Amino acid sequence: MKEAHIIGKSVQRKEGRDKVTGAARYIDDMSFPGMLYGATVRSQIPRGVIQKISFGSQIDWSEFVTVTAKEIPGKNCIALIGDDQSCLADGLVNHPEEPILLLAHADRHVLRKAIEAVLIEYEPLPAVFTIEESELRSQIIWGTDNTFKTFLIAKGDVDSVWTKADYIVEGEYTTGAQEQLYIENNGVIAAFDAEQGITVWGSLQCPYYVHKALMALCNLPAERVRVVQVETGGAFGGKEDYPSMIAGHAALLAMKSGRPVKIIYDRLEDMTATTKRHPSRTRHRTALSKDGKILGGEIDFTIDGGAYATLSSVVLSRGVIHAGGPYYWPSIRVRGKAVATNAPPHGAFRGFGAPQSLFAMERHMDRIAQVVGLSPVEIRRRNFLKPGQTTTTEQTVREEIDLGKLLDRALELSDYAAKNARFARENEAGPVKRGMGIAAFLHGAGFTGSGERYLASVVGVEGCADGRVRVLASSTEFGQGTNTVLCQIAAEALNLPYDHIHIAQPDTNQVPNSGPTVASRTAMVVGSLVRSAAIGIRQTLTAGGMLNDSYSPAEFQVACRRHIAEHGELRSYARYETPEGVFWDDQKYRGEAYATFAWAIYVAQVAVDLSTYSARVQDFVALQEVGRVLHPVLAKGQIAGGVAQGIGFALYENVVWQNGRMQNGQMTNYIMPTSVDLPEIRVFFEEMGDVQGAYGAKGIGELPMDGPAPAIVNAIEDALGTRFDSVPLLPEDIFEAVSTDGRR
Amino acid sequence: MNNTSENLGKCELALTVNGKPETVRVYPMERLLDVLRHELGLTGTKEGCGEGECGSCSVLMNGKLVNSCLVPALQAAGTNLMTIEGIARGPQLSALQTAFLECGGAQCGICTPGMILASCQLLDKKPKPTWDDIREALSGNLCRCTGYMQIFDAVMAAAQRSPE
Repeated sequence: MKEAHIIGKSVQRKEGRDKVTGAARYIDDMSFPGMLYGATVRSQIPRGVIQKISFGSQIDWSEFVTVTAKEIPGKNCIALIGDDQSCLADGLVNHPEEPILLLAHADRHVLRKAIEAVLIEYEPLPAVFTIEESELRSQIIWGTDNTFKTFLIAKGDVDSVWTKADYIVEGEYTTGAQEQLYIENNGVIAAFDAEQGITVWGSLQCPYYVHKALMALCNLPAERVRVVQVETGGAFGGKEDYPSMIAGHAALLAMKSGRPVKIIYDRLEDMTATTKRHPSRTRHRTALSKDGKILGGEIDFTIDGGAYATLSSVVLSRGVIHAGGPYYWPSIRVRGKAVATNAPPHGAFRGFGAPQSLFAMERHMDRIAQVVGLSPVEIRRRNFLKPGQTTTTEQTVREEIDLGKLLDRALELSDYAAKNARFARENEAGPVKRGMGIAAFLHGAGFTGSGERYLASVVGVEGCADGRVRVLASSTEFGQGTNTVLCQIAAEALNLPYDHIHIAQPDTNQVPNSGPTVASRTAMVVGSLVRSAAIGIRQTLTAGGMLNDSYSPAEFQVACRRHIAEHGELRSYARYETPEGVFWDDQKYRGEAYATFAWAIYVAQVAVDLSTYSARVQDFVALQEVGRVLHPVLAKGQIAGGVAQGIGFALYENVVWQNGRMQNGQMTNYIMPTSVDLPEIRVFFEEMGDVQGAYGAKGIGELPMDGPAPAIVNAIEDALGTRFDSVPLLPEDIFEAVSTDGRR
Repeated sequence: MNNTSENLGKCELALTVNGKPETVRVYPMERLLDVLRHELGLTGTKEGCGEGECGSCSVLMNGKLVNSCLVPALQAAGTNLMTIEGIARGPQLSALQTAFLECGGAQCGICTPGMILASCQLLDKKPKPTWDDIREALSGNLCRCTGYMQIFDAVMAAAQRSPE
């Protein structure tokens, strides 16, 4: 391939200038004449039957627009995978903060009082709040068995390994809920017009998810539903499915009132009512030979899905596929289960099930190392997947990945051996104990299994008369760099200056469905389609005799203008096609789970102060193989940001639950890392071999969420010699465990 | 903020915003944040939490960084305010804005205005800050995207570029 002219360069972020000048328009910065403000009356109990809704006489209700479940023109559901979640509760509530009634008024200041004046009487029903309570099934709160989904991955004859094993190591590991905590809360504006139908502008990741949900809810055909993504202030998965709910609410109010309606959540509402990372429990039982080789094992992975199915089946899928980590398992049985509890539904958050199951795997490897009597480094090295071997789903590793080499480099970068020796010496004295921890992991890019085939994403590229090129995709920018990277790819494919390429605003009236902006699929999967569509433009022009094989931007412009004069427009579309030889069995959960995996070794250095019991990460090395790095500054930013969220997941971010409701739904009491809490996060890339995808790029966004929590907890165990199997790991947990250890 | 404050009626507020004298009619207890966004149309100042934790609504009041969500409008009477809209000189970005762009200091952009104003205050006080100075100065401004590293890089780059 010829030398890349734009790929691999840190060009300026497309919408960057507007962001640093304050000119970027987010949803709360927009307003329409005659606009009303909407608000949501929510359930105050976890489960029960609504007996009566009454409106307090202190409010002049004639000034308000109200919408109840009975007034929904279409189906009362948030259409996604299943249709079990209502848009407004009708008779029964299944979690705290479940939407029941909508209000709108021209003055947003009066809404809070109005919400408080709506009295809802319930007949409470018994509720369940934990995985264990749900499994007991003494209360059936969903379906016939409280189970949203199960998966089974089976490879080889795992039942025969136990008698052959020199060691059998068991462990149970848990992870807590985590709030996405994008700094911009959820928000939308909806407007209705009898001719045009409904239009929704919003802070969201997936315009076509919202489009699908609004068609069902509003009973409108596709062409009378329009969804436009505006500048979005962070998402991390938290704006994957929930925007369909808030968009639905605003749409219902707009249809009833005939006026534009804006709904912007405040922080408390956003934190208590919207989705979080699924809490999880993982049980491992592993058979090993005397030299520390894995013979086989069983993994039971269970997640708490909250009250409705929403995305839990897909989160579970990614969790079970990643549960075996980057290791070779001659035989394995992975069982996955997503169960119902009476909490708001848990949803997408960067990593999507993998951070949970990989936390367990990487803690368990350190446990295995202790039992077998090897170092955490050596146990991993002996079990790493190698090219030609198969994963737990029997996908053959075709990439020339060398995890041993990656591990060596991470150890060198972190000065692992020298520090390990020094800390062992120094920890003898003084209250501050230091330790080193490793995590090795992988993350599959794109939708799982046949997912990309079902999505069949489409991207368009348009040549304009002025010689500029426009990328048409529903893939959204929410900080990660979609706009920039997709324009870079088009510029490279067309050999045009980056400044000549721009990307259309994601608007379902204007752009094809390039799939949701999730699953680390944008650069790799959508990027490949941008490249194909861009090449299509070039081919159209050369085939028509309007352009030579090599050309200047000026010649390109002349050719575009000629083509448009003759044919009206110059557009090229590319649709995803499954590569040859890719096999996936949805029933047996076997085959090519992902087109490619990104690989990583993270090393954490942690200090625990035994006078305060607080743990602090002092150094963090994040080394990864993500194929070709398309934009070094953006890629580094993705990794450092993901690591920071991972450090929060490990040490700071604790959702306090009471009867299914988050009790600390404020930034004051839900603690995310600040600028003084984080170590220097040192990011390194290793590029190995060729991969599929646009110019060799793999998915990158979610990977960095997977490694920090196990690396940090491994380091804390290394520092203290005390076992910890749960995150978040707070000072009080460390105090408790160390005190218990001391008493033993 | 609610029915009662509406009954109290609005009063006049005179202040200087980004070098320009402004007079607006406000509720006395209205948040400065809302006055900036709704009365003056300066939507570059963002709301993240509404309780002074996240720093997205940071502005400079007489050169001092404040969370505009915690400042009652009348407290801003007669003050000199600087918001993100006042940082660039016309089309010319400030050194900090350029550095944020080049170093990856802005991802989703929602914390960026507040971050830039907090950095502005730091560089005013300390033109050649250490890494620890930068960490400390930005500790009241939360960013969920970057992990802060590229923001630190941006502030350091701007400090090194500025003449002194």
